[in-house]
Amino acid sequence: MRINSNFSNAISDISVMTRRNMLRYIRLPQLLVFNALLNVVLLLLFNYVFGGAINTGGLAYIQYFLPGFLVQSVVFGSTQTSVGLAEDLSKGMIDRFRSLPMFRSAFLTGRVVADVTRYAILIALMIVVGSIMGFRFENGALPALAGVALIILFGIALTWIGVFIGISVRDEETAQVAGFVWVFPLVFASSLYVPIETMPSWLQYFANINPVTPMVDTMRALTLGGNVSASLWKTLVWDLAIVLVFVPLALRRYKLMAQ
Amino acid sequence: MVSNPGTAQANNACTDASINASGISKLFGKVQALGKVNLAVAPGTVFALLGPNGSGKTTLVRILTTLLIPDSGTAKVGGYNVIREAQSVRSIIGLSGQYPAVEEILTGKENLEMIGELYHLGKSKAKARAAELLEKFELSDSANRKVKTYSGGMRRRLDLAATLVASPPILFLDEPTTGLDPRSRLGLWEVIASQAKECKTVFLTTQYLEEADRLANKIAIIDKGKILREGTNQELKDCCGGDTLVKVRIADRSEILRAINALKELGGDNLHSYPETGEITLPASGGTSLLPEVVRRLDAKKIMIAELGLKSPTLDDVFLSITGHPAEETTVVNSDPIKDTLRK
Repeated sequence: MRINSNFSNAISDISVMTRRNMLRYIRLPQLLVFNALLNVVLLLLFNYVFGGAINTGGLAYIQYFLPGFLVQSVVFGSTQTSVGLAEDLSKGMIDRFRSLPMFRSAFLTGRVVADVTRYAILIALMIVVGSIMGFRFENGALPALAGVALIILFGIALTWIGVFIGISVRDEETAQVAGFVWVFPLVFASSLYVPIETMPSWLQYFANINPVTPMVDTMRALTLGGNVSASLWKTLVWDLAIVLVFVPLALRRYKLMAQ
Repeated sequence: MVSNPGTAQANNACTDASINASGISKLFGKVQALGKVNLAVAPGTVFALLGPNGSGKTTLVRILTTLLIPDSGTAKVGGYNVIREAQSVRSIIGLSGQYPAVEEILTGKENLEMIGELYHLGKSKAKARAAELLEKFELSDSANRKVKTYSGGMRRRLDLAATLVASPPILFLDEPTTGLDPRSRLGLWEVIASQAKECKTVFLTTQYLEEADRLANKIAIIDKGKILREGTNQELKDCCGGDTLVKVRIADRSEILRAINALKELGGDNLHSYPETGEITLPASGGTSLLPEVVRRLDAKKIMIAELGLKSPTLDDVFLSITGHPAEETTVVNSDPIKDTLRK
């Protein structure tokens, strides 16, 4: 037998690991179902409870809110990556995978790919529910698709933060709480729910550098029309920065499991 | 390199699938999990590492299977360095961990096919191999059922099947029968024994002397991260009084000192006592004829017997012979008042 470290083996290993994780969602559909249900409930609550109280300058709140809500679903989704990974690492299966001559990072990459697929399904569902509530892509289909692609790209980057946290804490409950710690400020202290101008100035400072803000602004511009370029390059820089920092960190952590 | 072939003969027909470790140490915080462990396993032989819980067995297996990096020392598996050539090691070993590593939500068949693909056998070969192993391990009927419906014994069998998917020449089995009922255990022993016949090198850990005795060519006894003794089954059993022991339990534990004195002549150095249960064991060198002699001697001193019989030595008996204390998870080393009295 040869050491298989070539490209096709790596792809094969990643696809095997992706399939394994996807099968989990298919065989335990309650995971996905409740996840989707939670998102629908949040969408309804935020739109009808707070929507009326937030001044979005004449724009229907669902039009203002839904692009951000799609971004939120991937931000929250990445905390589930931490939980799922922590669960995996606390069981015996990880020892088997680590003792196999497989591509080293396939275990992590397979999870990222499966989770990103989950985001795509969730986003599609949110768009359908949003449409029923009156949401429309006013700027046409192509910009809308580009926006969804950007959100998924953002999701990939954030999922690697989730991977890093999951592999660092290695305990499901800790992973859950640890996820909330970083996710809540990102989601709420941004342009996702309310215009930044309504926040105190010190918070505006944070909201402006928060990676969620340019992502939401980009999606909004692509949905409603408007200037995209200013927020677009910011969000791409954030994606790249997060990947460049957290992929090596996560891989290093994975390697350090042997210490 | 440590070379200690012992009396276990290497099966020369087998390819080089030896395991060599020298000076392996591992510290977890302040706990010395392994202290300068040396061992050599000849290709095509079955090696058993025998020791109680927490003695360092699993740590050693994890190091030899590239899951854990030792603090010091070197180890080679099938000629490859476990640290520098980890990926090569992984391609020639199969690991069955202490707990079955199988996916609950996948079927038995899917589990084996997944492992086959991760060994890069290719899809069709992985499928064929999975079917073959399911048949061999009597799991064909449950092949398409999710593993979460499997019994403990079935999971163990599937786990072992998974380690054999790529037919690796070296197998590591960490307590393969722990938690199994006697029937499943016997079945698994047969499977392991058949692997040895197929030129596999098997590195086995166990808490049961009987298991090591049944399966291994060579046994090493480990306690608190150190190898205490190494030898063939016979050598180890000889040191604690042979294949069969006489066990006597007296009715009144407080009379144990008198009982020991009464039987000392029969047991010599290999008489061992367990004051907390009132048990005394001694080698049954004269066969069953020793039994009436034990009764006579205790009777003469008017010591009541609660239980008397022959038994095979256990890990406890071997430990007691070697270390003077029974195999225990917790490491309380008290001075033994009875031994002290006897020495006087």
